[in-house]
Amino acid sequence: MRKIWMMGVVLLAFWVARGTAEETKVHPPYKGKGVGPVDTLVLADTINPEMAKKGAEIFKLKCSACHALDKRVVGPPLDGVTQRVRPEWIMNMILNPQEMLQKDSLAQALLGQYYVPMTPQNLTREEARAVLEFFRQNDAEKTPKNAD
Amino acid sequence: MKRWPWLWLSMLAVLAVGLVGAAKVKKLARNAAKKVYVAPGEYDEFYAFLSGGFNGQIGVYGLPSGRLLKIVPVFAVNPENGWGYSEETKPMLMTSQGFIPWDDTHHPELSQTDGVPDGRWLFINANNTPRIARIDLGTFHTAEIIEIPNSGGNHPSPFTTQNTEYVVAGTRFSVPIPQRDMPIANYKGNFKGTFTFVKVDSKTGEMSIAFQILVPGFDYDLAHCGKGPSHGWCFFSMYNSEESHTFLERNASQKDKDYIAAVNWKRAEECLKEGKGEKMKTVYYHNYWDEERMMAVSEKKTSVTILKPGKCEGLVYYIPTPKSPHGVDVDPSGEYIVPGGKLSSTISVFSFSKMLNAIKNKQFAGDAYGIPVLKYEAVLHKEVPNLCLGPLHNEFDTRGNVYTSCFISSEIVKWRYKEGTIVDRIPVYYSIGHLMIPGGDSRKPWDKYVVALNKITKDRFLPTGPELAQSAQLIDITGKKMEMLLDFPTMGEPHYAQGIKADLVLKRQVKIYRLENNHHPFAVKSPAETKVTRKGRRVDVQMIAIRTHFTPDNIEGIRVGDTVYFHVTNLEQDWDIPHGFAVYGAKNTNILIMPGQTLTLKWVPKSPGVYPFYCTDFCSALHQEMQGYVRVSPRNARVKLSWAGAGL
Ligand SMILES: [Cu+2]
Repeated sequence: MRKIWMMGVVLLAFWVARGTAEETKVHPPYKGKGVGPVDTLVLADTINPEMAKKGAEIFKLKCSACHALDKRVVGPPLDGVTQRVRPEWIMNMILNPQEMLQKDSLAQALLGQYYVPMTPQNLTREEARAVLEFFRQNDAEKTPKNAD
Repeated sequence: MKRWPWLWLSMLAVLAVGLVGAAKVKKLARNAAKKVYVAPGEYDEFYAFLSGGFNGQIGVYGLPSGRLLKIVPVFAVNPENGWGYSEETKPMLMTSQGFIPWDDTHHPELSQTDGVPDGRWLFINANNTPRIARIDLGTFHTAEIIEIPNSGGNHPSPFTTQNTEYVVAGTRFSVPIPQRDMPIANYKGNFKGTFTFVKVDSKTGEMSIAFQILVPGFDYDLAHCGKGPSHGWCFFSMYNSEESHTFLERNASQKDKDYIAAVNWKRAEECLKEGKGEKMKTVYYHNYWDEERMMAVSEKKTSVTILKPGKCEGLVYYIPTPKSPHGVDVDPSGEYIVPGGKLSSTISVFSFSKMLNAIKNKQFAGDAYGIPVLKYEAVLHKEVPNLCLGPLHNEFDTRGNVYTSCFISSEIVKWRYKEGTIVDRIPVYYSIGHLMIPGGDSRKPWDKYVVALNKITKDRFLPTGPELAQSAQLIDITGKKMEMLLDFPTMGEPHYAQGIKADLVLKRQVKIYRLENNHHPFAVKSPAETKVTRKGRRVDVQMIAIRTHFTPDNIEGIRVGDTVYFHVTNLEQDWDIPHGFAVYGAKNTNILIMPGQTLTLKWVPKSPGVYPFYCTDFCSALHQEMQGYVRVSPRNARVKLSWAGAGL
């Protein structure tokens, strides 16, 4: 029973990480919020472009050594990430990767797939939120195209 | 026949005694083992800092386990992490004599506040090319090195005053001051010594030479400064009051007494204020670590202030002390001064308050080059005969005991310095030099253990050919009798050592360098910023390292005749994830770059080819893949400068 469950998580990880066009419209399939400082996040329906712009800059400085949007670098590509996992999970993964890797089953499954652990980059909560906004904007921009 | 039962009985008795004895030894060993056992994952109670002697570094050990935690590179280059090889660290080893890759470290000294080690900094002397280094105990990184001019053999150094107002230096080898060409035979009266007072900034720790006191050309050996009532004074021991310049083994051991120099540095400050100092031209280097730019800066200094005792009355007094004293140690109260007699089996304990009285009442027994020599009896508190052979150094506990290391009789003697009575002795293996009680030279010793720092190792450990590690021994001093607990090997020769309760250092620990504070001129913080630039024959590669790649990892357009500087920034912000960098044929070493740090390795390729570079510190499951290539073309080739890698 446990084995089947584990396989499920691994498969889920592959799927979350793949982030192909078909999946981007689905509700977050991974329900977990992860472990870390972000418990509940209330998001506005609209994107804050200023915050997203700041997030893009932070992404370039702190994330781009290992992540790209449209392809795997070291870690998974991040197109569609806001549709694959909850916003809380994204922020916790940015702010608290070490504990996430110890306790969160999806984070662990991703490590099993990519082998290199997500590294802490000392972002503030505000900075992590901006990166999330950048992801949301990116996904919002790319989703209609994908829907065609 | 009748005698047989007796024989049997006596044999049985011997056996029984033997068994009981063996059981007792076993029980003792078990007891000792328990006292030094630090369970897996647990921390030691004390940090111990042992000088590395001829390895030029500092060894950091945990007590009571005796585990080696780190070798801090100070005065000697260290290929293991690139200290003295990387472009950032090279200026740290600059001196008036140019770049010096080695020295001989003797006396670590913790900074103190109110006479108690505070865990901020650790100072250590370079004996050969006189210098003092300051190690930051947040990073365990050498933060500063200052050269001491007008000196030879910086041995009585760098002992601290009660609030680290100053650390001191002195000349074990007197020299012509200023240095000049002259016959050695003219030593007497012409060679001079200096006591240097190095000011330590109370906030930053930055060192600067405040003044040098010009003194007769004796051999100043060790020092300790006063505390409590004697705060404001420093004491320097000395040998060779004969002023011999050859065969000192015999010629410097003729007189019945040499001296301890008592130096009133508060008086020195007054004289300086009154303008009695003289500027003297000289050259020395002051090297410090610029934390923002993450590199060492070297500055050349060209003058010092000299104070002459003849022009500043009350600055220096000599206390006659039996035969070539070695150590000079001040008890926790600051009232008693205990020298090591070295060639005398009688130890004289001096009283600071008696010394002040003797000065006030002008109880002098003559002078040496104008410096008043105090009457021995007027300063003496107690003579303790037959202490041991070759007493060298003393450390104190809080219960009125002093522990003396005895080189010739190879033992530690515990005795009461006020009463002058011997309490206990314990053999040590072999030939002890210094000894150390954590805080044992401060106002508040943590008097649980004494560490014997032995000069000869012989058969204590599995042999390793003719050249052996040194030997330290941990002894429990909490009971009536001293109890030997542990032997452990030490790297290099430990002369003196310092110990401190671990939490005082633990709370200062820096785990990473924050990338946003890295203002290294060649730092790059994202793949987009990485680049390779050429200026004539110099090529700068600005590279990032993160688990598990370098960007760029393919570089082309380098030519034979170029000098390439690899500036590698470690983007990790996680504790204990350094990356290393090594490139084929590098004539220096590798560099170990801590998280958030930028370090630079110089590389001069010799011939055309494609040469690999790689990470030398196992950093992740894909560490083996952390590699790259540099293409080197002939001198006249037209290959364009280009680079590629992840994230570009
Ligand atoms: Cu690495």
